Amino acid sequence: MADEVILLDKWVSPFGMRVRIALAEKGIKYEYRDEDLRNKGELLLKMNPVHKKIPVLIHNGKPVCESNIIVQYVDEVWHDKAPLLPSDPYLRAQARFWADFVDKKIYDTGRKLWTTKGDEQKSATEEFIGYLKTLEAELGDKPYYGGEKMNYVDVTMIPFYSWFHTYEASGNFSIESHCPKLMAWAKRCMQHESVSKTLPEPEKNYEFVLQMKKRLGIE
Amino acid sequence: MATAREPEEDEEEEVKLIKTWSSPYALRAVWALKLKGIPYESIDEDLTHKSDILLHHNPVHKKVPVLLHHGRSICESLVIIEYIEETWSQNPPRLLPQDPLQRAETRFWAKFVDDKALPAIWQAFSKEGKEQEQGLSETAEHLRLLEAELKKKKKRLFFGGEEIGIVDIALGWMVNLVPLFERILGVKILDEEHHPALLKWRQRMSDVDVVKENWPPRDKLVAKWTAIRERCVGKAAANE
Repeated sequence: MADEVILLDKWVSPFGMRVRIALAEKGIKYEYRDEDLRNKGELLLKMNPVHKKIPVLIHNGKPVCESNIIVQYVDEVWHDKAPLLPSDPYLRAQARFWADFVDKKIYDTGRKLWTTKGDEQKSATEEFIGYLKTLEAELGDKPYYGGEKMNYVDVTMIPFYSWFHTYEASGNFSIESHCPKLMAWAKRCMQHESVSKTLPEPEKNYEFVLQMKKRLGIE
Repeated sequence: MATAREPEEDEEEEVKLIKTWSSPYALRAVWALKLKGIPYESIDEDLTHKSDILLHHNPVHKKVPVLLHHGRSICESLVIIEYIEETWSQNPPRLLPQDPLQRAETRFWAKFVDDKALPAIWQAFSKEGKEQEQGLSETAEHLRLLEAELKKKKKRLFFGGEEIGIVDIALGWMVNLVPLFERILGVKILDEEHHPALLKWRQRMSDVDVVKENWPPRDKLVAKWTAIRERCVGKAAANE
């Protein structure tokens, strides 16, 4: 029986991008559905009644929610191709730790960069750069967080590369000047088709955010 | 990422846990280790004067718990529990299901506890007025969802099924801290009308030996949380 895989998502969501990259890395065929988040469809509400958020992976009719959980699920079900988590428990724990760090720190602080102004924005920018520097230090001299290949942490973090332009323009700073190694890592990841075909153009992201700001009445 | 360093000869199976006497997150790791019958050495921290060991082994967050195994550190309580499960997979009970879909659902609810339930109850506990009301109403909604989740399977004794699992461990703070918060705040958070399944679950959790035998001393907890509440309220008053 062929697998039926549907992904409820939004093109600009870094969380959705993680799942798309994981599916692409593993060569899994799926149906992509771009959701209208201002007018949430019945299927989304039925498949994720708790959070009503994307991404949601629907595998043979059963939903899996929360991007990092979906990526781990995809890795476990389709384990024979492009493993994203190492098999050693200690290395798995390190990978989970860093994916958790990205989840806790990058999105929320990044969001403050384009939703706040003045002192609040300044301190958010400093905080954000601090987190990027921590991530850069963890990368060290390795080509990827996974060593020679991309792994779970790379997949969790790389979607934010498409948001870098938005963060930089909002906070008026250059990520490259603070974290050149991280930028090199991002460009390396972008050489993978799974990443380059998934991430939207940074300008498109920025346009989307500007429109959203207008709608939300944020200057 | 750290490479899989070979353990030094004298480190062997040495397991240590950096914790505090009262941290509900550290208690999760204690339960997981004890449920699996893993001997370990406790390193108790005073978070007002963080030790070099803690800062060395958790430089990113500087928090407890930290598990040390073969001299290598694992941080973040839910990450620690998954590590324990994978490393001592032959020791019962099974803390996560084997089936990938059930594992995903289990991880979802453990994450829900940390991302939603805990922040909301903290807001209810640490704030006043409208902010507290919001915390309480969000908590009510989360409890409704957890109650429904628990009721889904008829013979379910715990979120983990017939035995404790990671979600039960993650939610364990509800057993001793919720009655404490109710007392300090003078509000009812769990009640028989809305949460019959959760209240039964709470009783069952309290009866588990590992849980029963490892509660932080009650009087100390009451004093600590009362002081926290007073500080939070006092801070708000001072800011007005």
